[in-house]
Amino acid sequence: MAGTLAEKVWEAHLVRQGADGAPDLLYIDLHLVHEVTSPQAFEGLRLAGRPVRRPDLTIATEDHNTPTLDIDLPIADLTSRTQIDTLRNNAREFGVRIHSLGDADQGIVHQVGPQLGLTMPGLTVVCGDSHTSTHGAFGALAFGIGTSEVEHVLATQTLPLAPFKTMAITVDGELPPGATSKDIILAIIAKIGTGGGQGYVLEYRGEAIRRLSMEARMTICNMSIEAGARAGMIAPDETTFEYLKGRPHAPEGEDWDAAVEYWKTLRSDDDAEFDEEVVLRASDLEPFVTWGTNPGQGLPLSANVPVPADIADEGERVSAERALEYMGLEAGMPLRDVKVDTVFIGSCTNGRIEDLRSVAKVVQGRKKADDVRVLVVPASARVRLQAEAEGLDTIFKDFGAEWRNAGCSMCLGMNPDQLAPGERAASTSNRNFEGRQGKGGRTHLVSPLVAAATAIRGTLSSLSDLDLPGDVDLITFDGTPLAPLDAPSFV
Amino acid sequence: MEKITTHTGVGVPLRRSNVDTDQIIPAVYLKRVTRTGFEDALFAAWRGDPSFVLNQEAYSSGSVLVAGPDFGTGSSREHAVWALKDYGFRVVLASRFADIFRGNSGKQGLVAGMVAQEDIELLWKILEAKPGTEITVDLEARTVHADDVTVPFQIDEYTRWRLMEGLDDIGLTLQNEADITAFEATRASWRPKTLPAKHLPNVPIEPARPVS
Ligand code: SF4
Repeated sequence: MAGTLAEKVWEAHLVRQGADGAPDLLYIDLHLVHEVTSPQAFEGLRLAGRPVRRPDLTIATEDHNTPTLDIDLPIADLTSRTQIDTLRNNAREFGVRIHSLGDADQGIVHQVGPQLGLTMPGLTVVCGDSHTSTHGAFGALAFGIGTSEVEHVLATQTLPLAPFKTMAITVDGELPPGATSKDIILAIIAKIGTGGGQGYVLEYRGEAIRRLSMEARMTICNMSIEAGARAGMIAPDETTFEYLKGRPHAPEGEDWDAAVEYWKTLRSDDDAEFDEEVVLRASDLEPFVTWGTNPGQGLPLSANVPVPADIADEGERVSAERALEYMGLEAGMPLRDVKVDTVFIGSCTNGRIEDLRSVAKVVQGRKKADDVRVLVVPASARVRLQAEAEGLDTIFKDFGAEWRNAGCSMCLGMNPDQLAPGERAASTSNRNFEGRQGKGGRTHLVSPLVAAATAIRGTLSSLSDLDLPGDVDLITFDGTPLAPLDAPSFV
Repeated sequence: MEKITTHTGVGVPLRRSNVDTDQIIPAVYLKRVTRTGFEDALFAAWRGDPSFVLNQEAYSSGSVLVAGPDFGTGSSREHAVWALKDYGFRVVLASRFADIFRGNSGKQGLVAGMVAQEDIELLWKILEAKPGTEITVDLEARTVHADDVTVPFQIDEYTRWRLMEGLDDIGLTLQNEADITAFEATRASWRPKTLPAKHLPNVPIEPARPVS
């Protein structure tokens, strides 16, 4: 029978098929662990006297609570310090590999897996974090789980699960200049809504997706969760293989050949049936920005803030009114006139080396707008090293930005990097909920290119607002990797 | 998880409906990193009131909670079940439960039995007339017995079986251990392992400092 990519990966991991409405038992290839959702899971094991079944398929890192300054000093916030200490102790006790602050492979869990070459096509990947969907960019079935499920996986390396539905999202054509994969996913969410993907695994396909680099694909899969989906996937291809080749945990020699041969079979069959299909034209896309307090409340940057009175649907109207009130925006004002206080470049959505490179190319030789605070936070310490080797840190510092240590940082208000009440940010992260970046903080989700242009002008802007010299062979806007600078690869 | 076929303990009448998970355990306690020791957090907002039922000597060692309808609504926090168990409760009886709470209870070995509201009223009367009365909950017969009254309760078959066998989700999965081991034997050699660790050299990282 013809199958979709998700179904193929599912079937390859069936330990036991559930009979009579009982869930299937699925084998888990890779379990990523961080400090926030794991303590009770480890304690549960301890109480039941159970070991971690496969420490060799488990890896831990510190990210949500870690400060991005002064990482050599004790963590000031006591709750944060306790969570991190607890993770370190648990890792030691149960024999789990951990990358702690100060280690080159410390960083956001969804960057660490790919950069070590642990995330591969055809795997099942789980983590107690909803943005585990990021790893689906490799053609893995990757999804977030709750704390009891974390314990379940630690103890059994399996999960009882009911099958998901499948949705194909085809993005045809080519992205116009200045638009990026972030704009693709924001447009998708605005189209299908924050609940549109509920119960589904989304498979992104089509020419525009094929043309994207691995990192740009990760940005898209990352935000599948903001469309309500359980996971997002992209079939592996040469871009995927190239990204993986030579990474520390990538297969070698004959293993590599066998793996690639298998990976090539991981695509939805031509006659596979999806439960739902959506089509988008990339050439219609422009830089997108959110104006409200959920990721579905987004519009092209050239648009105006919506006027709630014009919205027919009562629920949406009320939610828009509330969002505008919280965001401190005037109905009908041009989005381009919105002035920001802070620009945050980072997170598991857009804190990777390509994101940093593209921002650096835009801001190189310029100065940030006065009164705007600019934070650049690499997703992992290895990304930071790479950026420094390429001299990007100097570009950022000369621009007037702060260059930080790796972590989740201002993506969520759990560590010291937070917005003050009423402070407005253009942020490359993935969630713009009320208070997400700090109590009372206001978030506009944007691509790294929009973030860079906004940092220069102080108001929400895109590259077309900048006076770019004609000869700048700026960014390959479709996300094709830039020519490598003189530095080691592998980030 | 401990097997339960019958349980006998002091009944606690909680004459309130719609007890949501925020009332069972307020959000401030969710910051903890432990899975036990939540007994102090149970009904934290009400514990300061001397007239609250658990503050009365006769009920303080209760292990069977008899509550009003729609117990456990609100957030999905498992902490609500942990707090009840840590306090010493083994059984909650109510005419209706929130789905997630009921699911979490089953996983953690807390019996959530559905008893008709008129029977709940009956139990309340007995418990209030004679504080400290013990209730016996029999999973086999699906009955609740207090004083001279015996009433039926409902619980879904699957959960009942798991409680009586003492199987939590993990225990249940581990019954398939042979299947898991067999599956592991078929995994291709190229599939990644995190150990032994492989990575690029660990270069020292300069800590970033606040900018002045
Ligand atoms: S960067 Fe943000 S979204 Fe990503 S794992 Fe950290 S907190 Fe979650």
